[in-house]
Amino acid sequence: MIKVEGISKRYPGHTAVDNISFEVEKGQIVGFLGPNGAGKTTTMRILTCFMPPSSGSATVAGFDVLENPLEVKRRIGYLPETPPLYPEMEVAEYLTFVGKLKGLSGDNLKKRVAEVSEKCNVADVSQKLVSKLSKGYKQRVGLAQAIIHNPDVLILDEPTSGLDPKQIHETRDLIKGLAGEHTIILSTHILPEVEQICERVVIISRGKLVATDSMEGLKNRMHGSHVIGLTVETASESGPVQEKLERVAGVSRVILKETLEGGFFFEVESLQGRRVQAELARAVVEAGWDLTELRPVSLSLEEVFLQLTATEASA
Amino acid sequence: MRNILTICQKEIKSYFVSPIAYALMAIYAIVSGFFTYVAVGYFLDRSLDPSSARGGPMDVNEWVIRPVIMNVGVISLFLIPMITMRLFAEEKRSGTIELLITSPIRDYEIVVGKWLGALAMYACILSLTAVNLSVLFLFGSPDWRPIATGFLGMLLQGGCLLSIGAFLSNTTKNQIMAGAMTFGVSLMMWTFDWFTGFKTDAWAKVLAYLSLTAHFEQFSKGVIDSKDVVFYVSVIVLGLFLTTRSLESLRWRA
Repeated sequence: MIKVEGISKRYPGHTAVDNISFEVEKGQIVGFLGPNGAGKTTTMRILTCFMPPSSGSATVAGFDVLENPLEVKRRIGYLPETPPLYPEMEVAEYLTFVGKLKGLSGDNLKKRVAEVSEKCNVADVSQKLVSKLSKGYKQRVGLAQAIIHNPDVLILDEPTSGLDPKQIHETRDLIKGLAGEHTIILSTHILPEVEQICERVVIISRGKLVATDSMEGLKNRMHGSHVIGLTVETASESGPVQEKLERVAGVSRVILKETLEGGFFFEVESLQGRRVQAELARAVVEAGWDLTELRPVSLSLEEVFLQLTATEASA
Repeated sequence: MRNILTICQKEIKSYFVSPIAYALMAIYAIVSGFFTYVAVGYFLDRSLDPSSARGGPMDVNEWVIRPVIMNVGVISLFLIPMITMRLFAEEKRSGTIELLITSPIRDYEIVVGKWLGALAMYACILSLTAVNLSVLFLFGSPDWRPIATGFLGMLLQGGCLLSIGAFLSNTTKNQIMAGAMTFGVSLMMWTFDWFTGFKTDAWAKVLAYLSLTAHFEQFSKGVIDSKDVVFYVSVIVLGLFLTTRSLESLRWRA
C-alpha cells in the first residue's frame, strides 16, 4: 500500500531524512517510532505530498508522490501534529468544509459528516465552535477530518500528544477501531502506545532507518544475545556463584540483579545462537546450590528502543 | 472551479464571523462618509459663488463623484493590507495550511479562491460608497455611467493590491509583517508617477506607467480604456502567479 524507497530530505547544513526505505501492507497499523527530531514528521510530510523528497521515491496505493500528487492526496487522510482546525468554525461546518476539499458533495457529504462525527464521538459538539472545544475533542475532530473521505491510508502524526490519560486511552481505542478499513501509519515517541496499537514498527533515529520489523521480531532480533533470569538459593556469597556462572560455555555476561533472602537473582546473557539453559542448570546443581527459577527475560520495547537509538548515537 | 468556490466561501465566512469585516466596514463608513460630506459641502459652497457659474452650471459628477471615487482609491491603500495580511500568514501560523496543501486540490485553486474571497470582502466595503453616492440621486440627476466605471476601476485596482497582498502574506508567518509590506508596496505603486514631475527619461516613463493612479484616473472620468484594463488584469495575474509559485516553494523550502 505504501512503498518508500530510499527517500532523503536534505536542507543546507543538515539532513532531516537520510535514505529511508520501508513498505507497509494494506490494513496494517505501523508505528513510526523515534526520538524527537528524528525525521518522523518530515517522512510523513513527504508521504502526504506536503513536501517532495530531495531524492528517492515514495508511492501510495501505486501512485508516486511526485508524479501523481492529486491521486495520492485523494487516498490519504492526514492528521498533523497540531490538528489543522479553524477556530471560528463550528464542528459540523468544519467537517463539511474539509469534506468538500476532499471532493465529497451533496448527500454523500452530509452522510459522511454524520458518520465520522458518530465514529469519532464528536456528534454531541457538532454545533459548537472549534475554539471552544477541549483538547481531547479537538484531537477527535482532527481525526474525523482525516477519515472523512474514507481514505485508504491514514497518516497520524503524534495523535495522542498533549492529551490527558483518559483522552489518550480513548484516542488509542478509536485508532484501533479504524484499523480494519484503513492502512495506518502513526508516529509517536511513546513506546507503550506502539506496543498496544501497532503490528509493525519502523524505528528511525537522526534521519536514518534503524529497524523495521514486526513487534515480536523486533524484540527477538534486536537483542543479539538472549537473556536468562535465574534464581539461585545458596548460603554462600554472591561472588563465587557469579564466577561459576560466568565460566559456563557460551555465557557472555552475568549481572547480579537482586539479592534475595538466602539467594540471588542473576541475569545471564548468552552469545548469539547459544542455548545455555541446560549448562547453567547443571553448573548450579553441581556446585551444590539450589536452582529455584530459570526463565527467559524479555526485553521491553523501551529497552530495545534505547539500545537501538543509543548505538545509533554513539556510532 | 468547485474547489475555488469552496475556498472562497470559507474566506468570506471567516471575515464575517470575526470582527475584521465589521471593523473594516465601520472604519470605512466613517472615513468615506466624511470625504463624501466634504465633497458635497465644497460643491454647495462653490455653487453659491456666482463667479464659478461663468462656465455654465456646475457638474455633480465633476465636483463630487470624481473626487469621492479618487479618495476611495486612497483609503483602499490603508484597508487592503488589513484585508490581505491574514490570507496566508494566519494559515501558516496555525498549521491549517497543511490541510489545504495535503487536500486533493491544486495550488492555484487555493490562491484564486482566497483572492476571490478577499475581493468579495473589498466589494462589500465599496458598497458603502454606493450608499453614499446614491443620496446624490435624491437631490439631483448625476450621470450614473462614470459611477459604474469608477466602481469597475476601484475593483480592478483593489484586485491588483489584493493579489500583491496575497503574495506578500504568503511570504511570512507574521500578519503584521505581511500587512506592513503590503502597505509599503501599495504606497510605492501609488506614487510611482511622481517621477514625471522632474524627470522625463525612459525610466520615469516606465515607472509612471506602473503607477496605479495613472490608470485609475481614466475610470473615475468615465472612460474604460482597454490599456488600463489590460494593465490591471496583468498585475492581478502576475500577483496570483507569484502567490501560487511561493505556495509551491513552501514545499521545497519548508
